[in-house]
Amino acid sequence: MYRNDCSTLASSYRTFNYCDTMTTFALMVLGAPASSQCPQTALTFARAAIDAGHRVLRVFFFHDGVHCGSNLLVPPADQHSVAMHWSELAAQQNIDLVVCVASALKRGIVDAAESRRYDKAANNLHAGFELSGLGQWVDACINADRVVTFGP
Amino acid sequence: MTRKHFLVVCRRPPYGESFAREAIDVAMAAAAFDQQVALLFLGDGVLQLINRQDGAAISQKSFEKQLSALPLYDVNTIYIDSDALDKRKLSASDLSLPVTLLNRDEITALLSRSDFALNF
Repeated sequence: MYRNDCSTLASSYRTFNYCDTMTTFALMVLGAPASSQCPQTALTFARAAIDAGHRVLRVFFFHDGVHCGSNLLVPPADQHSVAMHWSELAAQQNIDLVVCVASALKRGIVDAAESRRYDKAANNLHAGFELSGLGQWVDACINADRVVTFGP
Repeated sequence: MTRKHFLVVCRRPPYGESFAREAIDVAMAAAAFDQQVALLFLGDGVLQLINRQDGAAISQKSFEKQLSALPLYDVNTIYIDSDALDKRKLSASDLSLPVTLLNRDEITALLSRSDFALNF
């Protein structure tokens, strides 16, 4: 999805689904906060879909999107960290937030287990996220009604 | 397990950024889960398929080598935008894998019949 109005798009799913059951979504985020709009666009889309009565099954953070899961981000004073927004929404709505382990390790995003495994001095994965493999993304695609990728 | 039609859309050049590599990883992961996988190369994405690449010149692995793993995962359905190929003065004989050339209408039909498109 590139610079679309996500609220409009999610509303169109509501129209599409007007007399039907809810739609489940799997979302992929490919861009990093601060350098790309796409983490925010995906968040706006997820909120709009949920407000319209749909469900977000899993969000998969891939490529530079893994930076969304860092608990070391320091956003400007008037903005909240994207990791915090995602983890709050995920906790309320029971959404899996999965950070691709291969993409994450290459970019210095590690949880406690990977930090120990690779003998690193620290870990920085936000508590609301988990590291896992591409299998989790394929599984989400198989089980969701709709799949949307958010790229820079 | 449910079997879905995964269409991986490859729009980026093979070097200078890593979207192309990540897209191939996704295609291979889906194939490993016994899904029906097809690749569609659009725009600068067609450059990924050029044969006799030399990644070593910029200290990178050749992208051609990564693509050559696709048949091992039984990913053999590769579509390419024929207009994008023409615009870059390329033909099927310049490519490292056998491809099916598609025009605009055929690309639209492919997108419609896939369960979803993963856009890289």
